[in-house]
Amino acid sequence: MAEKLTEGAVVKPASTHVNKTGAWRSMRPVVDLEKCVKCYICIDLCPEGAISALPEKKGVQVDYDYCKGCGICSSECPQKAYTMVPEEK
Amino acid sequence: MATNAPATKPKTLKDGYIPPAERLFSPGHRGCAGCGELLAARLVIEAAGPNTIVANSTGCLEVTTTPYPESSWGVPWVHSLFENSAAVASGVEAALKSMGRKEGVNIIAQGGDGSTVDIGLGLISGMLERGNDILYVCYDNEAYMNTGVQRSGATPFCASTTTSPSGEQSFGNMRPKKPMVEIAAAHGIPYAASASVAYPRDLQKKVKKALSIKGPKYLHIHVPCPTGWYAESINTIKIGKLAVDTGLFPLYEIENGVVTGVKKAKVRPKVEEYLKTQNRFKHLFAKPGGDEVIKQIQAIADRNAERLGLDEK
Amino acid sequence: MSKLLGKKVVIEGSLAVAEAVKYCRPNVISAYPITPQTHIVEDLAQMVADGELKAEFVNTESEFAAASVVFGASTAGARTYTATTSQGLFLMFEVLYNIAGSRLPIVLTCANRAVSAPISIWNDQQDSLAVRDAGWIQVFCEDAQEIHDFQPIAFKVAEDPKVRLPFMTMLDGFVNTHTYEQLVLMDQALVDQYLPTYKPVVRLDPAHPMTFGALAMPDVYHEIRYMLNRALMGSMSVYADAVKEFNETFGREYTPFLEEYRSEDADVVMVSMGSLCGTIKDAVDELRKEGMKVGLVKLRMHRPLPKTAIRKALDRASVVAVIEKDISLGLEGIIATDVRATFAGHDGPNVLSYVAGLGGRDVTVPQLKTIMKEAATWKGRESPDEPFWVGLKRDIIPEV
Repeated sequence: MAEKLTEGAVVKPASTHVNKTGAWRSMRPVVDLEKCVKCYICIDLCPEGAISALPEKKGVQVDYDYCKGCGICSSECPQKAYTMVPEEK
Repeated sequence: MATNAPATKPKTLKDGYIPPAERLFSPGHRGCAGCGELLAARLVIEAAGPNTIVANSTGCLEVTTTPYPESSWGVPWVHSLFENSAAVASGVEAALKSMGRKEGVNIIAQGGDGSTVDIGLGLISGMLERGNDILYVCYDNEAYMNTGVQRSGATPFCASTTTSPSGEQSFGNMRPKKPMVEIAAAHGIPYAASASVAYPRDLQKKVKKALSIKGPKYLHIHVPCPTGWYAESINTIKIGKLAVDTGLFPLYEIENGVVTGVKKAKVRPKVEEYLKTQNRFKHLFAKPGGDEVIKQIQAIADRNAERLGLDEK
Repeated sequence: MSKLLGKKVVIEGSLAVAEAVKYCRPNVISAYPITPQTHIVEDLAQMVADGELKAEFVNTESEFAAASVVFGASTAGARTYTATTSQGLFLMFEVLYNIAGSRLPIVLTCANRAVSAPISIWNDQQDSLAVRDAGWIQVFCEDAQEIHDFQPIAFKVAEDPKVRLPFMTMLDGFVNTHTYEQLVLMDQALVDQYLPTYKPVVRLDPAHPMTFGALAMPDVYHEIRYMLNRALMGSMSVYADAVKEFNETFGREYTPFLEEYRSEDADVVMVSMGSLCGTIKDAVDELRKEGMKVGLVKLRMHRPLPKTAIRKALDRASVVAVIEKDISLGLEGIIATDVRATFAGHDGPNVLSYVAGLGGRDVTVPQLKTIMKEAATWKGRESPDEPFWVGLKRDIIPEV
């Protein structure tokens, strides 16, 4: 570890993003934007906060740096716009 | 960058992409895939906003979000011990008041079910009794998950855990859930409520409502744990919905001692639908006498329905 | 004492503590009542109720909660204070370690009391000595003047950015807390000059969010504890400077680590802490009149242990009789072990361990004189394997 320790081990905020949990995945969610009605339920239900709205109400996007492939988005999307596909190696 | 970012700075992820370093709750934490508790924690802090200080007990939430030198928390956050987040939060409030810095600052004390209903119960009671302006949030995954799925006072009737396992001579945990919402409300506080991560918008509404009230508030959130409930992570939300809809984990509010805001439904699924989704209940379908136990669990749900008026006429 | 600055009063020891704490302007006080600490916190509560002290006074449901409240308040940047004793200190045990590890400058007064079982409310020093490994600076006081004066010293040292450690001051339960003594009160203006407003290095602040209490994996925990110990050892010099500045500001003459009473040319030297030292000084004076070369080294700072100062004060003696109101069960008196540690690898006196006054048993001048005479006979002999128990009533102890 190059960085020096802090007295009392105090830590900088919002810093876990250096850990790219996308590497955990064995399945990845793929969204069909034509089916997306922008209800944004998937955004609310992603434990990682890896889903966000696209600009100009175009739909949603998955941040694959952090998506762990849990599948909740595919289970809960009322339009069944998500498909879980095996992660390519 | 892996994602498209909008032109103006978005307030929430529903407005657009926010770089992780600028979030109130950053990804990259070590929570299991599909973890209900970490989802709920993100929803809570996003509802509370940046002007919030959090005191957090030891547990899954704390350990997975703060491995030195990283932290998922974009708000000031302190972890002391397992049982004392409520008292630590009381101290934060006293400090801010004494230095004239309390105005507009939310204070949240939070922990899992073990730290809330068991080891930290006395300190939460003290905080509620003192009338501190603090919101206490319990993330209830119904066992001591971080240490390996041991039973807590919030483990439901006949769930199998590692210290109350089902076996040749046992149906698992033989005690009912501690009624924590009622215990909190019995202190005469202005707001106590239950919520579920499976109903995220209701959850966030309740967080915002609680924080708008002055005084001690209590919010008990049901958070399915695929790892500890031996279920599929893809079903986390489905399971959470069934817990609520069967009446086993009803959603309601108690405001100044009066039950309000009950989530009613026309159709109440039978408890089997919920129990069969998780292997912590699988012995109820395998052991002789299991159906008698299922009847008792149904009776718990029916009693909740009657007590709170869950069935919509 | 030469030019004493301040008002001369006769007050209860507990009030001497409370008055001093008041002058230090704490922001948050939190405590739970336990005999014999009660008068300290009651006095502070009254001061707050009368507007004499502007602080948040938080009553809690246990000592665990009280310690946690000051933990939270200190993390949020407040100057904080609590007081306890015995069982209460033990209930705080987890939090004490957590506070030191988190580098919080909390000040605590312990009104030394015996520990259960059996239950006893009377004075000895088993309680505070049991937590000596937690990382707190520990200073033991003999009388009301000392415990009064050492409060601003405690805050000043604790809050120093080079230290950032909690500070525990000790007085003896009932013996100090509930007796009336003459002392000189500090002057508020002088305390304000000596002890400025607390400026924390980091604190809980929505404008500058930070995370406190992260999980340390094996690759960093070792080093973080090293840094804690380094800060604790470094606090010795900060403390010495703070005492020097206190003396200059308030007209006192305290020596920071220990007080040498007629020990410079003594053959037999007693070592002790706290109020017992007052009685020992009387015994020393009587024996000196009778022609014996005896003296006392009164230890003030116990943690960090000022090894060099202790060794220097004792190395001319032939026999050192460490007399203390505690025992590390299964070994000997705690201070005796500490004194032995200061001579490891050095030539030194024969160190004897005397356990006295547990559970509030009086230790008398005649007893102390007998001990010093007896200690003199141990010159050049190997110390016994077990400590001496002073005044043990063998006739009520059944045979095994």
